[in-house]
Amino acid sequence: MEDVHIAGVGMTEFGRHPDRTGRELFGEAAHKALVDANVPRDDIEALLYGNFMGGFAEGQNHQGPLMADAAGLTVPATRYESACASSGIAVREAVKKVRSGEADVLLVGGMERMTNNPTSVVTEALATAGDDLYESRVGLTFPGAYALMADAYFDAYGAERADLAHIAVKNHANAVENELAQYRNAIDVDDVLEAPMVADPVGLYDASPITDGASALVVVSESYAEANDLQTEVAITGTGQGADSLSLQSRESLIRTPAAEQAAEEAYEDAGIGPDDIDVAEVHDCFTIAEVLALESLGFYEPGTGYAAARDGETTRDGELPVNLSGGLKAKGHPVGATGAAQLVELTKLLRGDHVNSDAVTDAETALTHNAGATVASAVVHVLEVVQ
Amino acid sequence: MSDESATTAYDDFLEGLAEGESYFLECPPGHASLPPRYACPDCGATDLEERPLPESGTVTASTVIRVPAPAFAGEAPYVLAIAEFGSIRLTGKLLEVDPDEENIEPGTPISVTTERVGEENIIAFRLR
Ligand SMILES: [Zn+2]
Repeated sequence: MEDVHIAGVGMTEFGRHPDRTGRELFGEAAHKALVDANVPRDDIEALLYGNFMGGFAEGQNHQGPLMADAAGLTVPATRYESACASSGIAVREAVKKVRSGEADVLLVGGMERMTNNPTSVVTEALATAGDDLYESRVGLTFPGAYALMADAYFDAYGAERADLAHIAVKNHANAVENELAQYRNAIDVDDVLEAPMVADPVGLYDASPITDGASALVVVSESYAEANDLQTEVAITGTGQGADSLSLQSRESLIRTPAAEQAAEEAYEDAGIGPDDIDVAEVHDCFTIAEVLALESLGFYEPGTGYAAARDGETTRDGELPVNLSGGLKAKGHPVGATGAAQLVELTKLLRGDHVNSDAVTDAETALTHNAGATVASAVVHVLEVVQ
Repeated sequence: MSDESATTAYDDFLEGLAEGESYFLECPPGHASLPPRYACPDCGATDLEERPLPESGTVTASTVIRVPAPAFAGEAPYVLAIAEFGSIRLTGKLLEVDPDEENIEPGTPISVTTERVGEENIIAFRLR
């Protein structure tokens, strides 16, 4: 089996790009990844691309060929759609292709254009990631679904909004120096608690923003990297994917995310490591409660204890396990289809030492990404390790 | 939008809720599920029988939606809950509750019905 190395990474600034179409955004991310990789364009064998709401946002489905063209490539190109996990799953498929020997050089990434739509349209589009008949039609929004999970979690464990507020404060603090992040302002707990409510107990500052952006990676086989003298420093050594019922009401529990537990278990076993080996993680904090559920499903915390991690300084920049040093979805931004691949872009830079926050994790060798679709009906986990 | 003349198993289910003839589906080994359903999500059995849904349920979790989807623009703020009826859970709008006055605790007893929102009938709950 071929080992999979990350040869290059690229990302647009995440935020509002009212004057830029999706193809320009992905073209920029892909270009940056190709330049960073220093791989000849002709060697790219395929594009694996994540996008969620292109049909809503730009009236554009069938984005695979469009985005290959935007990247200056004429290669087989496929769009993967798994809501907010779209490009994380595209990365997983790329890993499988390289491992099997089917391909040596792949471009993988994602893009979402959202801010060109009114909030009501984005709310409607995001709700389509849930069950149409049993969730969207009764007026359950995406923040509303996480609010139900938070309500159940609070009831079970006695956590409070103020505990979750520390997660938003931490992720904003991490984004302050990240020039690619959407929100680079520090906030405090009172800012979070006093912000308008979206769906009780989820407030505006518990929620990730509406964002435009794109991300891309060039992944290569180890033998291609060696034959072409590429100085690849980071490998993807573990991958896992898990599943759950689409609707919350069909699940045994509202306060566990077994899809992420399955994905993590598979990825850890694949990499031959466990949760204690992880030095730094990027997890899917679409809402503050989602970061808590992620920490618990990844094995970093026992169920019912993850809510205190940020408050107690354990997942902050100086903590034992820094989580979301990029700013996370909360402050870096959440262009849905770009998010999963962007987590790998940020972690690659953090591990290589060329991220603005690399000084927080100078000895880090092993990292993890956790990317979730909707209320974690889909989950994909990757393990990254320094190889040189 | 759907063909006006056609009704799906979901429409029939909602009609049952409105008329006090609520049901769920059960396979021979006893797994519960909701229509429209060709096969049991737990075991794949296709001989699914309609069984009466318990009249009374209890709230599992609730929220107040303040930023609604466009179809619910005139409704916000409104209370949404997931509620348990025996082996089935349903998600619905809690009627006749002031979202800013009442805090709906888990375990609160409710019954299920439907309500008209715009052009659609939706699953709704009432306090018992
Ligand atoms: Zn069954």
